[in-house]
Amino acid sequence: MTDFYDSQRAMRAMRKAALQRGVIAILDIGTSKIACLVLRFDGPEQYRESDGVGSLAGQSAFRVIGAATTRSRGVRFGEVSAMNETERAIRTAVQAAQKMAGVRVDHVIACLSGANPRSYGLAGFIELHESSVTEQDVARVLASCDVPDYGEGRHVLHAQPVNFALDHRSGLGDPRGQIGNRLACDMHMMTIDGDAVQNLLYCIKRCDMELAGIANSAYTSGISSLVEDEQELGAACVDMGGGSTGISIFMKKHMIYADSVRLGGEHVTSDISKGLQVSLATAERIKTVFGGVVATGMDDRERIEIGGDTGDWEHDRRTVSRAELIGIMRPRVEEILEEVRERLDAAGFEHLPSQQIVLTGGASQIPGLDGLAPKILGNQVRIGRPLRVQGLPQAATGAAFASCVGLALFAAHPQDEWWDFEMPMERYPARSLRRAVKWFKDNW
Amino acid sequence: MQQVDYRNSRRDPAPSRWAYRMHRLWLTPYVPRLLRLGVPVAISALSLIYVFSQPENRTAFTDMIAEIRRTVAERPEFMVTSMTIENASEELTADIKEILPMDFPISSFDIDLVAMQKVVEQLDAVARADLRVRPGGVLELAVTERLPAVVWRAPGLLELLDGQGRRVAALEERGRRGDLPLIAGIGADTEVPEALKLYAAAGPIVDRLRGIVRMGERRWDIVLDRDQRIMLPEDNPVIALERVMALHEAQDLLERDLAAVDMRNPDRATLRMRPDAVANLHMIKGIELGDILQ
Repeated sequence: MTDFYDSQRAMRAMRKAALQRGVIAILDIGTSKIACLVLRFDGPEQYRESDGVGSLAGQSAFRVIGAATTRSRGVRFGEVSAMNETERAIRTAVQAAQKMAGVRVDHVIACLSGANPRSYGLAGFIELHESSVTEQDVARVLASCDVPDYGEGRHVLHAQPVNFALDHRSGLGDPRGQIGNRLACDMHMMTIDGDAVQNLLYCIKRCDMELAGIANSAYTSGISSLVEDEQELGAACVDMGGGSTGISIFMKKHMIYADSVRLGGEHVTSDISKGLQVSLATAERIKTVFGGVVATGMDDRERIEIGGDTGDWEHDRRTVSRAELIGIMRPRVEEILEEVRERLDAAGFEHLPSQQIVLTGGASQIPGLDGLAPKILGNQVRIGRPLRVQGLPQAATGAAFASCVGLALFAAHPQDEWWDFEMPMERYPARSLRRAVKWFKDNW
Repeated sequence: MQQVDYRNSRRDPAPSRWAYRMHRLWLTPYVPRLLRLGVPVAISALSLIYVFSQPENRTAFTDMIAEIRRTVAERPEFMVTSMTIENASEELTADIKEILPMDFPISSFDIDLVAMQKVVEQLDAVARADLRVRPGGVLELAVTERLPAVVWRAPGLLELLDGQGRRVAALEERGRRGDLPLIAGIGADTEVPEALKLYAAAGPIVDRLRGIVRMGERRWDIVLDRDQRIMLPEDNPVIALERVMALHEAQDLLERDLAAVDMRNPDRATLRMRPDAVANLHMIKGIELGDILQ
């Protein structure tokens, strides 16, 4: 437990340093695009008392001063597969965002969608020494959670206390200071492949920047796309990205489950490419301009020039009807949604009080998805767009930027993680205690 | 035959590592300002240092500065063409002209009035000198002359002194300034104010006064004609002299055949008579005694 404590605490310290400097970069490493936002944290001191306005729920705490997007390279299924290519793509995005911001950024918070995220629910309880709950007790109860064997080479990405229970009262957000005998907690832990983290770390190091935090993009998409009551009552956010589709389930403003399906918009593109015998670039263009999932009678008559570069007139003048295109796209989209349904069922989503599902991410912009998705996912489906944040360019407000915006919100208001609490006293290695005693002896 | 795919063989849009680093360096605070301001300043400073390290450049530069200054200083507005000396005797005027050699016209930038004032005030005959350059290019020198109060005679020199004992001028012979009192002796020049007080106190016998002599640099002798002397004490000589004057008023003391009135001990005035007077006194006493004896 201590090693990820240390690494995560180091990242947290770096994030604090970055917030103190006021500038931090947000990097969304996706399969189809790499987006970089540069945030400036103004802090609450920019408001005078006489203004009468404080930072309302944190929206005013930061503003986006630089934004850039570049086509992703070397990333497959949300994981770095060709390091040099990815590094260059990151460099391109970061440089453009820095240029727009006009400041140099040294700290970066990244999110990635792939790397096989796996969710674990942990539970632990302690008997309280004193009648009221102290910070130390919270740390102890968190430490008492029995960590499952999540496998060699896996890395804990998030470990958030979701619920506290004191004696028979459950659903406490903050048990500190309350009186009881037995403190129990539920925790949500999420692990990903350590290699993916290492690769990401390496790429960012090669760009002369420091990694100040990592988040899962399904989680950050949920932060930005779910409205407050959805997060409170329970909802699933489906981030339909290019290479993978992330699923996160929120309840009581905490993520309680996350998963990812290794299917995404690029699979639709490659289906079109294969089905129509066109290049991937053409297929992507056709998908974004003419794509859809619900065919109507009108679509049989609409012919799409699909072109070609062979020089053969017959080949280069091919056309398909839009209905044919939809016929190629729809099965794949259905497959993705069915896979999502499966994962949700596996997670026990149907037991949640609210069955709200929010689709976001670049692939959620397919016309007609709002008609198709309810057939597979249930009635309460909506297409979500990320929250508006101050200073975000119009071009970066679309659903494709949900995880990016969510990561910015996450940077401004990180949720308490396991390692944010004090380490319980008994967990400290004896050596450091001895060192502390020695320090006191030497200095007093 | 394959067509070349221009779209996919485009140049890599990513910046090179070095371009990226340079860009980041440029965005570092203070670096742009340092480059925009510091580098030109450093280059110009270095080039200036290089240029001035060559002696010929230095001399050329100083020559140029001197030339510019000269052209300004030699404008007719700044030229001084003559000097007037006011309140000075002809002798002093000649002296001043001798020690202030000026070849007119001269620029007022080149005149150091303070130094000139010091030079003029070094003259013994000058109590105070005021210099200014009047409009019209005239250097005006207003002199306050030192007025001689006594003639001082010491072994080998004869000088005029003012009331404070400062030297005014040398004197060839005493007769030229017969109007001034005479003091004599080494150290007399340092006690001129006292000597003048003694002169004032010796008013009744001023026509008989030959001079006042400083004896042993500590006290005064008043020398009268007929080789008479009044020897005064070190302390309060004026009071002692006044007592002698009172005696003289009452009994015509000094008209008698005395060699000296010795007041060195103020409590006991002593008269020194001449040998003839002593003989006469003895004779008179003898006659008086003889009369009694006879």
